[in-house]
Amino acid sequence: MEKEKDFYKLEKNVIEIKQKIDDLQESEDPLKEDKIARLRTKIEKEWAGIAPELTPFHFVQIARHPQRPYTLDYIDALFEGFIELHGDRRAGDDPALIAGFGFYKGKTTAVIGHQKGRSTRNRLMRNFGQPNPEGYRKALRIMKLAEKFGFPVVTLIDTPGAYPGIQAEERGQAEAIANNLKEISLLRVPVVNIVIGEGGSGGALAVGVGDAILMLQYSFYSVISPEGCAAILWKDQGAVKQAAENLKFLAKDLKGFGIIDEIIPEPPGGAHVDYETMFKNLDKSLQKTLSRLKNKTVEEMLNERYEKFRQIGIYEEK
Amino acid sequence: MEQLWARCNNCRRILYKQDIMDNMHVCPTCHFHFRLSAVERFFMLFDVGQFELFDEDISPVDVLQFKDQKKYSDRIKISQTKTGLNDAVLSAIGMMDGIRVIICAMEFAFMGGSMGSVVGEKVTRALERALKEKVPVIVISSSGGARMQEGILSLMQLMKTSQAIARLEKAGVPYISLCTDPTTGGTTASYAMLGDINIAEPDALIGFAGPRVIEQTIKQKLPKGFQRSEFLLEHGMLDDIVDRKKLRPYIIRVLRLFTNQPR
Ligand SMILES: [Zn+2]
Repeated sequence: MEKEKDFYKLEKNVIEIKQKIDDLQESEDPLKEDKIARLRTKIEKEWAGIAPELTPFHFVQIARHPQRPYTLDYIDALFEGFIELHGDRRAGDDPALIAGFGFYKGKTTAVIGHQKGRSTRNRLMRNFGQPNPEGYRKALRIMKLAEKFGFPVVTLIDTPGAYPGIQAEERGQAEAIANNLKEISLLRVPVVNIVIGEGGSGGALAVGVGDAILMLQYSFYSVISPEGCAAILWKDQGAVKQAAENLKFLAKDLKGFGIIDEIIPEPPGGAHVDYETMFKNLDKSLQKTLSRLKNKTVEEMLNERYEKFRQIGIYEEK
Repeated sequence: MEQLWARCNNCRRILYKQDIMDNMHVCPTCHFHFRLSAVERFFMLFDVGQFELFDEDISPVDVLQFKDQKKYSDRIKISQTKTGLNDAVLSAIGMMDGIRVIICAMEFAFMGGSMGSVVGEKVTRALERALKEKVPVIVISSSGGARMQEGILSLMQLMKTSQAIARLEKAGVPYISLCTDPTTGGTTASYAMLGDINIAEPDALIGFAGPRVIEQTIKQKLPKGFQRSEFLLEHGMLDDIVDRKKLRPYIIRVLRLFTNQPR
């Protein structure tokens, strides 16, 4: 495979301009609005040169970008009066998966999402966004609570995968994921899933299925990480980019397969370059999706949810 | 000459092949359970001659035109030739001690029993048929997990099959999951762990993450017996471990209990 540039090198100019915007925003400059607008145009131009050349592995790097907005950023921006609820009532709490309730457009809504940490300490505390069974069981508990009171559920997906650890296996990682899938299919309230970063395999799926799946433009949703795939099928980490290409896990691929409902556009440079625009774009899609689902009867919704997944799969039949 | 003899994977003894076969592919010396093909499972469990296959003509498609060291389309052909099957699962309906039952048996020899669109579709159809005909259903897993070569389509089969089990559950149709060596990844994270009864053969590897991945992640050696049937039983994930020779009578008893049909 040809040598391709690391995304973090590609975006160098964009990040420099973004830094200027950030500095201006902090400043008292009376002309800052104008100046920021001009800098945004500059980013757009830079990005127009970069975007067409992006490879699937670049998308992966954007999805994993350390500055990318995480679940808590979206909650802060879009949900009022959020309270986080802890624990699965079985064994423990899982900081890698956040769950709670807040007001979305004035309506009580359950929010569940993977949380990666930002500082080293934080990352360790959040286990890099890799849940244990407690996380999935807590997520289901909150979904059932939402069902009991008739509140819709929004999930934000951003995980490398379910944690591969000894205790995770002891406490039934597989059972926890499987049970979520089974139970979500029966949940009598709308469930909207939004892939905001990494959609890593079963660890994403366990909170990543529902009535509508939306994906951010530079996110991915995959059966396995490109690294895992390269290790198993190629037995060579040099094949990561090839694996990323072959797995067809980008938003546009999933839209093509009819798995996801909508691609949420990201600002030029990616979500991490302009949080405000990203929040606005996600907000718009979420609001539209929730109001579409609100008009359905529960039976209608459950049947359509079943059919949505029932149709997925491509095979030949004589 | 050499086809007459086989070496046990576990105790390394050279054994007369016929002795292993007469013993349901269990080592007569050390009790090691050799892997069985899907068809052998049917012959072992159903009443003699009392089953018929269904959904036989569903075949995989290389949708992603996936190529690693081999093309997926070539891997499919090789596995089809080797096993004589279209993909990694067979479905059959038949009788066990006169009780009508559906069994899906996975074929590990077909690309490691991996679950792609065909496996997901066939298992779902079997579950839906069980629902429609109110017939108990058994899935015998033997699978490394989701099939990477079908990408996200494979991952979504976890949901497709699990939601079908949810409907069975609501309708009160019994579902038995039998985990055999190995049952890992996406298969475990869907139908293999969702039985009304989850049982396993002795010493089968059963888990979500593969042992090698866990070892690399935590950078320590795994304890002996980790992710084996006995470990799962101890941690509350299985209802029981059943020796292959006792499987048929055990399942018949479960079927009688859950359909309330005493002898
Ligand atoms: Zn032996």
